[in-house]
Amino acid sequence: MDDDKVFKALADPGRRMLLDRLCARNGQTLGQLCETMDMKRQSVTQHLGLLEEANLISTVRRGREKLHFINPVPLYEVYERWIRKFEEGRLSLLHDLKRELERKKT
Amino acid sequence: MTDKSASFVYVTFIRTTPEKVFEAITRPEIARRYWGHENVSEDWRPGSAWQHIRTDEARTVDLVGEVIESDPPKRLVISWVNESQKDDPDQYSRVTFDIEPQGEIVKLTVMHDDLQPGSGMLNGISKGWPYVLSSMKSFLETGRGMDL
Repeated sequence: MDDDKVFKALADPGRRMLLDRLCARNGQTLGQLCETMDMKRQSVTQHLGLLEEANLISTVRRGREKLHFINPVPLYEVYERWIRKFEEGRLSLLHDLKRELERKKT
Repeated sequence: MTDKSASFVYVTFIRTTPEKVFEAITRPEIARRYWGHENVSEDWRPGSAWQHIRTDEARTVDLVGEVIESDPPKRLVISWVNESQKDDPDQYSRVTFDIEPQGEIVKLTVMHDDLQPGSGMLNGISKGWPYVLSSMKSFLETGRGMDL
């Protein structure tokens, strides 16, 4: 919906980690997310609020529980707008090269 | 019992009307322009069958199912299964489209549940829905979908 909100929401390691957690297991409650995050419950709530405002997560109420789902639709729009059109083929080549070289180093 | 606990909820905001979103899902001549598929049903009424047909020469039927609930232009619930697996009840999942006007914008929520964790269908739809919904948004707002 709003690219600025998406980029701002992603500009924080804690929020990116929350997205990773939901990617690993979709549809978690606040309590479940707090268990795996080294962060105060209040901070997790705030981060989830920002992610929801950027439409990167969606929530559904089921009974007394509120479940959080990752919503990759805005990421797909960013990908379409900012990545795909810039010569995707060459970028993935560079990405692979970087990974290969970094692996050899260690 | 088969584990069908996996679900996805996708949300997109589209500058259009609920009627146009509903039509974009249910009218073959519109869906083919951004989905690469047509969704075909005789009347989109509860109990009717629907098919997801590829818009190629062969017109392959990729998915089939039944209309579970229909309340145009607000809500559509359908069952969803690979054509090749339609005889196995465990393979059926469920898709709910909720279309909600918010001022000049429409909030489209697609909930896909009753999915088996780790299944090929889960893998396929988790890649497919973000593409389809982005393309629908682009089509309804600009008249052009995205290239597959």
